[in-house]
Amino acid sequence: MMADITHSQAAPADVRVRPIGKPMGRSAGVRGGRGGTGWAAFGFIAPAWLYVAAFYVYPLAGNVRMSFQDYTVTSFFTGRAPFVGWRNYEAVWRDPAFAKTVVNTVAFTVGSLLFQFGIGLALAVFFQRRFPLGGVLRSLLLVPWLLPLVVSGTAWRWIMETDSGVLNQALMQVHLIDQPIPWLASTSVSLLSVTLVNIWVGIPFNMVILYGGLQGIPVHLYEAAALDGAGAWQRFRHITLPLLRPVTAVVLTLGLIYTLKVFDVIMVLTQGGPANSSQTLTTFAYDLSFQRLTFGHGAVVGNLLIVVAVVFAFVYLRATRDGEGRAAA
Amino acid sequence: MTRISGPSVRLARRAAAVTVVTVTALSATACGDSVGDTSGTGSGSASTLTEIDYYEAAPQNTQLPKLLDECGAQVGVKIEHQQVPRAQFMPKLLQQASSRAMPDLALIDNPDLPQLAATGGLLPLSDAGLTTEGLYPSIVEAGQFQGKTYGIAPGVNGLALYYNKDAFTEAGLTPPKTWDDLTKAARALTKGPRYGIAFSAVGTEEGSFQFEPFFWTAGASLKQLDSPQAVQALTLWKDLVDGKSASKSVVTWTQADVNDQFMAGNAAMMVNGPWQLPTLNENKDLHFGIVPIPIPSPEAKPVTPLGGEVWTVGHSDPAREKNAVAVLKCLLSQDKSLEWSTNAGYIPSNQAAAEQMSASNPQLAAFVEEVATARARTAELGTAYPKASEALFNAIQASLAGGTPPQEALTAAQDAAA
Repeated sequence: MMADITHSQAAPADVRVRPIGKPMGRSAGVRGGRGGTGWAAFGFIAPAWLYVAAFYVYPLAGNVRMSFQDYTVTSFFTGRAPFVGWRNYEAVWRDPAFAKTVVNTVAFTVGSLLFQFGIGLALAVFFQRRFPLGGVLRSLLLVPWLLPLVVSGTAWRWIMETDSGVLNQALMQVHLIDQPIPWLASTSVSLLSVTLVNIWVGIPFNMVILYGGLQGIPVHLYEAAALDGAGAWQRFRHITLPLLRPVTAVVLTLGLIYTLKVFDVIMVLTQGGPANSSQTLTTFAYDLSFQRLTFGHGAVVGNLLIVVAVVFAFVYLRATRDGEGRAAA
Repeated sequence: MTRISGPSVRLARRAAAVTVVTVTALSATACGDSVGDTSGTGSGSASTLTEIDYYEAAPQNTQLPKLLDECGAQVGVKIEHQQVPRAQFMPKLLQQASSRAMPDLALIDNPDLPQLAATGGLLPLSDAGLTTEGLYPSIVEAGQFQGKTYGIAPGVNGLALYYNKDAFTEAGLTPPKTWDDLTKAARALTKGPRYGIAFSAVGTEEGSFQFEPFFWTAGASLKQLDSPQAVQALTLWKDLVDGKSASKSVVTWTQADVNDQFMAGNAAMMVNGPWQLPTLNENKDLHFGIVPIPIPSPEAKPVTPLGGEVWTVGHSDPAREKNAVAVLKCLLSQDKSLEWSTNAGYIPSNQAAAEQMSASNPQLAAFVEEVATARARTAELGTAYPKASEALFNAIQASLAGGTPPQEALTAAQDAAA
């Protein structure tokens, strides 16, 4: 699994870096000279560049442009939106919900990642042992990942209902609580609730990738360590964790980007409410653009998300390159 | 993947060439399309009109297409009907506007009208020969922007208090008239899994709409969200929730959810509109009555927000506009307006027709009584209403779900709206 990811990631980079004509020199068809190969190379690259330009660069540039415009309902009809400099950025900065949203986003992301990874790793290690029905159980654990989020989200909405939800009923039956907890209806609990559901959604992804990583660790290392008298914890601490590092880096950076852009879970459960208490940057951008119809403000938050995602995408690329380097050494 | 041998290079190159050609061809057609779009505003013939609305639930979503077909046939045009969820309605409309494909007919929520009319994308209906004579003054006002009529309602609605007759008989209570009665009744009726009252304090326009009868009747104004009267109204709601006479979940319930709770017997009273009547009446085991929303003191003058959608005509070309106006005349005609109101749970926007309807249908009496004094939501603030409404529902949510004192929540709302 890990090998798959690193290779597919590395492939485009290879194509780009390799000096033009060199690998193809061996083939008879390319003897035509440098000019011909240059065009051929361009032909190969052009579709990808056209695609990237049309579907990534153009909308991104449009979003950056929009964040400096007073883009209102009227703009859609007239096509005119005056440039207002940094005023949209100022307005978002001053928005009473903004600071809370940033804090929420950090808490949601860190909380989700920590527990998704922790539980995912525990399950991956657990499923490494062979036992009856292990395979069946492992595939059942994928269910949260397979279900459309709108379906599972709606089910969670019912489960977490204050008065009739099964979660409160169960907790009260076993006398863990004596008052129903307003999971989705309280400003102090709603963020926790959406984080819990998001953890549930993310565990399978972490488990699958980490399980794949575990398969790549040679068994003889564990055998040798056991002969040297290492206990289970020591084997985990000194063999599993270090050898799993490249996979861990991939899982965490991808998980971070996935979590930052989580939208459906929150939209189905709370719509960012009550009173913005479960609003994250993603839902906030949607709210600004499509509910309040202040598209310039929405674009500002969108840009912010893009910057954060790009930074961590670079971290991801570095992490995978390091991983390859280490594997080769 | 990276190590390519001779023949496959040639193959790959041919494939790449094909791809380049295809992409170029595609982008060429795309350009052609956009050119066609900008030149021909009213693409398609005038005999096919487009319509958009946000009715997702029965009976409205089945009744409206029927009416449209009838009126289309009468005028001799085909009407393409389109429904989108409420939350995506405005974005969808704007997207269509930006691609110069405004629907010919749009049924929009009345508080959104000033914003849309301000864009210049709507046809002034008063110039097109449509009259608003005999309609409730508040709905006429809700359809106007800068003195011109851009939207006319086929029917209107308002909010009233539904109560479960069996629960009231059992408790020996009469329907509440004042806020004190309401609080006492709600407390007395809260029993087991049943709450005394249900209302919607959801974080959308619906939440503000439900709060406004209390807010306005207390004497508050949307221009000053933190007035003592506003605090009084929010305190009433907060006490109902804190006193456990209303579920904490009210902050997540839409008006449809509130109706479900009432039908399931989980609430003895609810604040809701006449559009729920067709559904409620299907449930024969449910005995309910309807009274006007309770008022703070017996002398207070009840003011409820006017609900309902207005028909608008989008700018296109003269032939299409003419047909759209003809269809609209049919939709707004006395008999069609009455048919729509009866089947979809609305009050006719024609005052005389409404009074006639309430005389024959006692269920509607409370609503008709309130619509007469109802206030258009945009009457005070016009295009600035959505911003004030958002500040208001955030304050309600902060207070009910977060324990923020009403005064503090409303002061924050006033700062946000200003």
